[in-house]
Amino acid sequence: MANLFDINLFGLFGQLLIGLINGSFYALLALGLAIIFGLLKIINFSQGALYMLGAFAAWMGMNYLGISYWWSLLLVPIGVAVIGILLERFLVRPISGEDHLYSLLLTFGIALVLQGLFTHWYGSSGMAYPIPDELKGGTRLPFMYLPNYRAWIIVCSLVVCTATWYMIEKTKLGAYLRAGTENPQLMQAFGINVPLIVTLTFGFGVGLAGLAGVLAAPVYSVSPEMGSSILIVVFAIVVIGGMGSIGGAIITGLGMGIVEGLTKYFYPEASNTVIFLVMVLVLLIKPAGLFGKEA
Amino acid sequence: MKNMKLNLILLGLALVAPLVLYPVFLMKVLCFALFACAFNLLLGFAGLLSFGHAVFLGSGAYVTGYLMLSVEGLTPEVGILAGVAVSAVIGFVYGKLAIKREGIYFAMVTLALAQLAFFFFLQAPFTGGEDGIQGIPRGHLFGLIDLSDNITMYYFVLAIFIGGFALIYRTIHSPFGQVMKAIRENEPRAISLGYKVNQYKLMTFVLSATLAGLAGSTKALVFQLASLTDVHWFMSGEVVLMTLLGGMGTIWGPVLGAGTIVTLQNTLAAGPLGSYIHVIMGIVFIVCVLAFRNGLVGEIQKLVKRNF
Repeated sequence: MANLFDINLFGLFGQLLIGLINGSFYALLALGLAIIFGLLKIINFSQGALYMLGAFAAWMGMNYLGISYWWSLLLVPIGVAVIGILLERFLVRPISGEDHLYSLLLTFGIALVLQGLFTHWYGSSGMAYPIPDELKGGTRLPFMYLPNYRAWIIVCSLVVCTATWYMIEKTKLGAYLRAGTENPQLMQAFGINVPLIVTLTFGFGVGLAGLAGVLAAPVYSVSPEMGSSILIVVFAIVVIGGMGSIGGAIITGLGMGIVEGLTKYFYPEASNTVIFLVMVLVLLIKPAGLFGKEA
Repeated sequence: MKNMKLNLILLGLALVAPLVLYPVFLMKVLCFALFACAFNLLLGFAGLLSFGHAVFLGSGAYVTGYLMLSVEGLTPEVGILAGVAVSAVIGFVYGKLAIKREGIYFAMVTLALAQLAFFFFLQAPFTGGEDGIQGIPRGHLFGLIDLSDNITMYYFVLAIFIGGFALIYRTIHSPFGQVMKAIRENEPRAISLGYKVNQYKLMTFVLSATLAGLAGSTKALVFQLASLTDVHWFMSGEVVLMTLLGGMGTIWGPVLGAGTIVTLQNTLAAGPLGSYIHVIMGIVFIVCVLAFRNGLVGEIQKLVKRNF
C-alpha cells in the first residue's frame, strides 16, 4: 500500500512539473501579449507563430550553421524581435488608427503566412532538437526525478518574467511605458518619442515569444503547428487573468500550467480542456478577469 | 425594390448554373456563402467579431451526420433540423458567455470556447475522432425525393440557401436590424435609449449560430462527411476572410467572398501551388486589411458611385 502511494506521489509530482513547464511558456507568451496590448491596445495573433519561428530558428541554426543552443538563446530572440519591429513598422502601424479588430485580423494573416511557409518547407511532423550537453541528466529528489533541462526552463522563465516585471513597474523606462499606456498624446507633448517606444515594445514583446520558442525546442517537438495550439490556450489565460496587470499575466500563466498538470493526474481526459473550462467559470463569476480592471 | 431585377437575374443564373458548372462545386460555394452570410450578420451588422464560428458549422454537420447514419430511414429535413437545433442551443450558451466581454476579448473568448468544442468533438465517442463521420447518406427528402443525384441535391441546397439568405435580409431590414446597427455604431447611446443591448446581441449571436449550423448540416449531406476540419480554428479564420474579402456589412459581400475563396482553393489545390494555400490566404488577409477594408463589394460600390 505504501509502495502504491509512493508511485502515485511520483506521478503527481511528475505531472506538476510538466504543468509548471507548460506554465512557464504560458507565462512568457501571456507576458508578451500583455506588454504589447498595454501600449498598442492590440492583440498580437502572430505571437504563437513567432514562438514557432523561434524554435525553428534554433533548429535551423544548429543544423545548417552549427550554432549552439547557448548562442541561439541569445541570438534568436533578438532576431525575432527585429522581425517583430519590421512587422510593426510596415504592417501594423499603417492601420493603427483603424478599429483594433483589423490589427487582430492582420496579425492573424501574418500567423497564417508563417505557419503555412514552415508547413510547406518542413511538413507538419515535428523535428527533434537535442538538449544541450551542459543540461543533460537530472537530479533525483526524494519525491521525484528532476531533469536538469526542465529545471532550467522554469528558472529561466521565472528570471525573465521577474526582470520584465521589475523593468516595467520600477524603472524609468517602465514609467515611460506605463505613461504611454495611460496617455500617449500627453507623453508625446513632453517630448518623448512615443512611436519609437511603441516599436521597441512590440519588438520586446515578440522577442519574448522567440525566447520561449528556443527554450521549448528541446522539450516539445519543433513543428509548424506548435504555435497555434499554444496561442489559443494563452488567449484563454489572458481572458482569465485580464490584461490589466503584468504581474497578473505571469501568475495566471504559471497557475494555469499547474492546474493543467493536476488535471492530467486526476482526470486526464479533461487536461486539454480544463483551462477553457476555467475561463468559462471566470466569465461567469468575474467577467473582467481575475486581475482585470475594466468592466 | 430597385434591386428586384438584379435579384431575378441572379436567381436565373443560379437555376441554370449546374448545367455549366460542376454541381458539387456550386453546392460547396452555396454552403460557405450561407456560412459567411450568417457570420456577417454578427460581424458586419452587430460589430461582433467571433473567432470561433466553426463550432456552429461543425456541430450542425456532426449532429446531422450522426443521425442520418445511425437512424434508419431518417429524412434529411429532420436530420438538418436536428443539427440546426443543436447549433442554436450551443449558440445560446456560447453567446451568453461571450457577450460578457467586448471587442478583442470577445474574439478571444469565442476562439477559446471553439477550441473547447474542438477537443470535445475530438474525444467524443460518436464523432469518429480523426476520421470524422464518413459515408453519411443523403436520404429521401420528405421521404419522397431521392437526393443522391447531385443535380437534385443542388436544387435542394439552393432552396436552403435562398431561405437562409432571405431570413438574413429580412432581419437586417427589420426594426430589430436597425437596433443591431445602432448598437454597432454607438453602444452607450443605444443603452441610454432604453434598448436592452445584451438581449439584442445574444439574439443576433443565436441567429447567426443557427444559420451557421444550417450551413454545416447541409454541407455534411453534400459531402457526406463531417470531420474535424469543420470545427478547427482554421475554419473560423476562413469565414472571417470570406466576409472581409467580400465586404463586411454588405448583403452580397459574403456570398462573393465565399465564391472567391472556394474557387481559389479549388484552383490552387489542383495546381503546383497547392501546398502554399495557407500562405496565400494569409497574404489575402494582410492585403485586405491594409488596402481593401471595404472588401470587393465595397470597392465596386465606390467605383459605381464615382463613375455613374
